[in-house]
Amino acid sequence: MESIAFLIGVTLLAGLIWLAIMIWAIRSRQYSDPEGDSRRILKTEFDDRPK
Amino acid sequence: MPDSGVRAPGTEASTGSRDRGEFIFAVQGMHCAACISTVERTLSEAPGVLDARVNLTQRRVRVDVAAGTDPDELALRLSGAGYDATRLDAGALRSVSTDAEAQALLIRLGVAGFGFANVMIFSVVVWSGAEGTTRDLMHWLSALIATPVICYSAQPFLRSAFGSLRRLRLNMDVPISLAILLATGQSLFETQLGGPHAYFEAALALTFFLLAGRYLDMRTRSTARSAAQDLSSLEPDTATVIGNGQETEMKLATIGVGDLLVVRPGDRIPLDGIVQDGDAELDNSFLTGESRPHPVAGGDRVAAGQFVHTGRLVVEVTAVGEQSSLRRLIRLIELAESGRNRYTNLADRAAAVYAPAVHLLALTAFAAWMHLSGDLRLSLNIAVAVLIITCPCALGLAVPAVSTAATGRFFRNNLLVKEPDAIEVLSEVRTAVIDKTGTLTAGTPTVDSRHCPSGEHLAVAAALAGGSNHPYSRAILDHVRSRGIAAAEVADLKEFPGKGVAGFWNGREVRLGRANWTGAGDVPHSAAFLKVGSGPAQEFRFRDRHRDGAGDCIKGLNSLGVDVVLMSGDSRPAVSEMANRLNIAKWHANALPEDKMRMVRELCREGRTLMVGDGLNDTAALRLADVSMSPASALDVSRVSAGIVIIGNLDRVPEGIRLARLARMRILQNFAIAAIYNAVAVPVAMLGFATPLAAAIAMSTSSIAVTLNSMRMR
Repeated sequence: MESIAFLIGVTLLAGLIWLAIMIWAIRSRQYSDPEGDSRRILKTEFDDRPK
Repeated sequence: MPDSGVRAPGTEASTGSRDRGEFIFAVQGMHCAACISTVERTLSEAPGVLDARVNLTQRRVRVDVAAGTDPDELALRLSGAGYDATRLDAGALRSVSTDAEAQALLIRLGVAGFGFANVMIFSVVVWSGAEGTTRDLMHWLSALIATPVICYSAQPFLRSAFGSLRRLRLNMDVPISLAILLATGQSLFETQLGGPHAYFEAALALTFFLLAGRYLDMRTRSTARSAAQDLSSLEPDTATVIGNGQETEMKLATIGVGDLLVVRPGDRIPLDGIVQDGDAELDNSFLTGESRPHPVAGGDRVAAGQFVHTGRLVVEVTAVGEQSSLRRLIRLIELAESGRNRYTNLADRAAAVYAPAVHLLALTAFAAWMHLSGDLRLSLNIAVAVLIITCPCALGLAVPAVSTAATGRFFRNNLLVKEPDAIEVLSEVRTAVIDKTGTLTAGTPTVDSRHCPSGEHLAVAAALAGGSNHPYSRAILDHVRSRGIAAAEVADLKEFPGKGVAGFWNGREVRLGRANWTGAGDVPHSAAFLKVGSGPAQEFRFRDRHRDGAGDCIKGLNSLGVDVVLMSGDSRPAVSEMANRLNIAKWHANALPEDKMRMVRELCREGRTLMVGDGLNDTAALRLADVSMSPASALDVSRVSAGIVIIGNLDRVPEGIRLARLARMRILQNFAIAAIYNAVAVPVAMLGFATPLAAAIAMSTSSIAVTLNSMRMR
């Protein structure tokens, strides 16, 4: 039973972290240009400080 | 919407602190990674630019600049690199708000996904046979996550359902909201009593799937809309004003009555006024549909929207804002807007049948079980199971999934869908009303080879035509060149704006121009005259060249069984000639904007009517018609009024109708899938055999079947 309680806690925590990351990603417009993002990986120049 | 033709003053896209600003440009011709690099590098190298970021989905670039950076300079650099860029003002601001809306929806979707996934973990424990306290614990944990998540994520449905109920209507969101709320309520109740069945994951699945459909739908449409907006920003909102002997560019909104404007050949007259100085030939086609240019001189009135072919004009502004002729037309458009039939879309029509049926079924199940067993809790559980299993999920996805795929397909076929119901209405179109000037015709005349001089006079005409930019001159030049004749030697070439071109050939005066300037009588059709010395004037007759694909468009519409009506403000001979050439049986000439409106209204009463037009004179009719299309070359106001903008050829019109019918078929198929699935699932639920696991499986399979069927539309 103890392990279940522990695992449930881990699950929820992992879920919440994932949720927070997703909200941050949406807010910083990372989903606003899906087509451009899929092309950018093909850029020839090296982007050492991605914007 | 009605005021979109006139841009609101002072809506600059610049935001942020004072020492930096932001510009947004619509960039044409970006396709690949190399394009992104080039555009961003070009802009970053410009002085004053802090950052540039391309958005390829919207075909835009957002530029952060230091204060005092000139946007025109940046646009110039981009066009130097091979990309035509237009700065977006108010349009950009409008799109920012849809961006924010889409973002909010995406966050709700993410939260629903989080809840769905986590609750599913606990549900799997229950489904695999957890009993007693473990099951209760899992239910409590599910409740802990599901309740707040549903409160947050289901808001769009709840709000829409509430709004619809308040207007005493049933839309698709009503059964959806009811299913979500009842499933949550019943599960909370069962959890608290330690009961075996809870439907938290069903409620969350509903929310998640439907939000996904709604988000995709919105994003496709906002991409199409932003492309249409980019077009609408292509028109300048400034004019050249003379003051103190100097010419300055000013915003239209800051110009008042009495100001003097300079209008050059190739410009549109920006505001109503009286000509103070200069002669010119004006093209009225956008305002009235007339294809013949007409001359103006000092003292004549001119109206906003007229196009100047030749000659520089100085115009004194006589009306701005409410009094202007543009405003009057816009009022006509507003009138049309209010006279429009409301279209009940397929989803709402289905909901009107489906919602009462489902609620009745659930009620019947409750009453029957109450009567048979007398157990309130059992009867309630079964009624809720019926509501959930008839799940509006597949039905709720049936329309948005298809319209998402269809809007994308339209987009790739060079049709921008701006109005949500446009595709559905298009599939039911019975009559197509088509405007002539600017829509069927390109607005550029060609020489009618049966009515033009021949021999060396043609060479003389070519030489004279070379001295002017008038569309007739260009037509004559094209005609002569296509016959391989070289232009003659003509000396002292001089253009008389509004009249024609004159010069000397073999010592004789030669003139090419208007009838009364060359000594010919007036004629009812489009013509120019060549006069050599004292000889008689020789006629060049012109016909309006039809656009590429015009013939295919009419043929395609006929083969789809759509009636075609040609309606134009142009003169009878011009319209009848075009109708004959394209095999159109029904046509009307000399139609004023009010006439067009009246005729479209009558046609709408007989059956769904499509209006295709481009001019200001079409705008009210475009608004009034059930669905409307406008070519990309159309005036700003018309494009804003049209439900669909055509970027490519006119043959896109029948193609659009064909695709729309296909989309409608897919929607109906989706309804059929949902119905079949319900026919199996409902009896099972009513007999009390439904478990949360069965509900989850049924919901997922039906939703996936509907989505897959919709994907065939792509």
